[in-house]
Amino acid sequence: MVPWIVALPLAGALVNGLLGGRLGRRGTSLVACLAILGAFLLSAAATQGLVTSSERAAHVVRLFEWIGVANFRISAAFQWDPLSALLALVVTGVGFLIHVYSVGYMADDPDYSRYFTYLNLFVASMLVLVLGANLLVLFVGWELVGLCSYLLIGFWFERPAAAAAGRKAFVVNRIGDAAFVVGILSVWGLLGTLEFREISRLLGEGGGALRGHPGLVAAALLLFAGATGKSAQLPLYVWLPDAMEGPTPVSALIHAATMVTAGVFLVGRLWPLFEAAGPVLGAVVAPVGAATALFAASVAVVQYDLKRVMAYSTISQLGYMFLALGAGAGGAAFFHLTTHAFFKALLFLAAGSVMHALHGQIDLRHLGGLRRSMPLTFLGFVVGALSLSGIPPLSGFWSKEEILHAARVHAAAVWAVALATSFVTAYYATRAAVLAFWGEPADHHAHPHDPPPAMAWPMAALAVLSAFGGFLGAQWAGAPLQAFLEPVFGDHGEASSVAGAEVAGAVAVALAGVVAGWWAHRARREPDLGPLGRALAAQWGVEALYDRAVVRPAKALSHLLAQRVDARVVDRAASGLADLVVQAAAAVRTWQTGNVRQYAAGVLAGAVVLFVYWVLR
Amino acid sequence: MTVPAAAYLLLSAALFTLGTVGVLVRRTALILFMSIELMLNAVNLAFVTLARVHANLDGQLAVFFVLVVAAVEVVVGLSILVHIFRSRDTVDVDEVDLLRG
Repeated sequence: MVPWIVALPLAGALVNGLLGGRLGRRGTSLVACLAILGAFLLSAAATQGLVTSSERAAHVVRLFEWIGVANFRISAAFQWDPLSALLALVVTGVGFLIHVYSVGYMADDPDYSRYFTYLNLFVASMLVLVLGANLLVLFVGWELVGLCSYLLIGFWFERPAAAAAGRKAFVVNRIGDAAFVVGILSVWGLLGTLEFREISRLLGEGGGALRGHPGLVAAALLLFAGATGKSAQLPLYVWLPDAMEGPTPVSALIHAATMVTAGVFLVGRLWPLFEAAGPVLGAVVAPVGAATALFAASVAVVQYDLKRVMAYSTISQLGYMFLALGAGAGGAAFFHLTTHAFFKALLFLAAGSVMHALHGQIDLRHLGGLRRSMPLTFLGFVVGALSLSGIPPLSGFWSKEEILHAARVHAAAVWAVALATSFVTAYYATRAAVLAFWGEPADHHAHPHDPPPAMAWPMAALAVLSAFGGFLGAQWAGAPLQAFLEPVFGDHGEASSVAGAEVAGAVAVALAGVVAGWWAHRARREPDLGPLGRALAAQWGVEALYDRAVVRPAKALSHLLAQRVDARVVDRAASGLADLVVQAAAAVRTWQTGNVRQYAAGVLAGAVVLFVYWVLR
Repeated sequence: MTVPAAAYLLLSAALFTLGTVGVLVRRTALILFMSIELMLNAVNLAFVTLARVHANLDGQLAVFFVLVVAAVEVVVGLSILVHIFRSRDTVDVDEVDLLRG
């Protein structure tokens, strides 16, 4: 059954891609949505099997042997275990809702069928990524989602900004992917296998003899570098804010809920390897996650583009997930991944509704007062924002609480950063909500209205999930999600009781953030943050640093190569060679006289020479 | 009375030289063809002679191939010649030099 989960969206992409617009808009949307719905139902049925059976060991479906060279044998195989099941459900579930939303959002786009082809292809690729049974199959999915991301960011490629953003995403991801490939090779060199089951078997229980082996540490670092590229962590996050040039449902699906969590998934998938790699989790993954979380949250505070606020928020929340992984709380990380998929997709869809109603207007300075004209969107956005801020009893609260607890147990510094991030997160979420929905309408000529049903229903569904999805992993509900994932991450005392005071403190911090955001922006004015504000607007100088360290040297080098090396060396070598041939030909062509008797004499002379040679030899 | 093999070979060499000189000095295409035939048949004579000397039929076999190929060559060559004559009113090979480099 597992291969069919991948095959359905792929078939949808093929049908829509090959038939183009011949199915009509209704047919195209039916094919695309039903393919994803089918995949979701199959995943749910397969998950049901995992939940009810007592045996939760990974179940591998081998399709065929893909590479067989000497002892390097790789099969194309899928794996079904609790981690794949969770991700497959999130991808197909949220994916289905966003497909339905897209039917409304893209209704007037001339490239309707191309859009759904890409979107289905993305879901299929993402499923290959999460279901792959070895690193190479995972890598195929990894690259395919990168391709789909590129295609969809640049979907409106006639806009130069969109084309440039797609290119940027592709190039930045290449850096991480290069490290990833080397990481895969290191794993092969060290363990002689790329199968996840085998890796778990060889490195189970803390890695055995290989624990802390330098090669293992290097492999883990390289793989983590790949994860930072895909999951937009410091220092490779720069592509994600620009990726907002794509259609908003794409931002919701790919750049918030699913693809960008692939890095988190990679670490979770190779959990035994990371655990056995000694200090990598605690000394690298957790600090990078914590730094990214606070950094991106702080930058989100001064963004005016609503979607960019959400993009930085996504980077920050992904940092939270890595922080949890680094603190050893894999279950908490994936719990947050799930709730984040709900509420961040909801926030993006709400932002998309605003764009839809105001003809693409997304600048917070030109929004306002939408509370009355778009009550449904307003409600969805507020639920999402409060969930993001971690206000109980919404879903974000439960997962964030788990992470904060794990951080406190792990290290005080990480915990402090996480708490600070929680405050800033609540602040910018409230700021965005206030600027967009409260106050007076900025434009009195526009008549915004709530979106059509195709867009409203997915938002409603996601709002319900954002509000109540937290009970999936809430401790007092028995933490069913963490129990489900236990075969993957083991029991790391995440279930240790969380003190009431700790929870109260965290909620107080989040509430303080909400109140601060409200108070600072209640009059729809931006408080003057002085030098801090300028530093934030410049992303703490990261873009400038990239510009100076990478972009400008690269351009200077290209210039040098084009003006000097290409024009003076390569071109001259090429035309010199051509001249040589022309001159040689001019000399040789006189030999061909066109006179038959001369040819005959030549033949005779040759024959005589040969004859003499044979005789005298 | 038997004629010695050397006589046949001498005749063959003489005929071949005659043909070669003909090809080199004559300009009329028809004469050229006849000279080539002369060369071919000189070789045939040598083949047959040596086949007999060595009591080996391979030489005779080769003669058959040469005959067939010569016949075919004449057919193709003469038809080309006819076309050249029709288009240029001449069969002088020195005036046919379109392929000069």
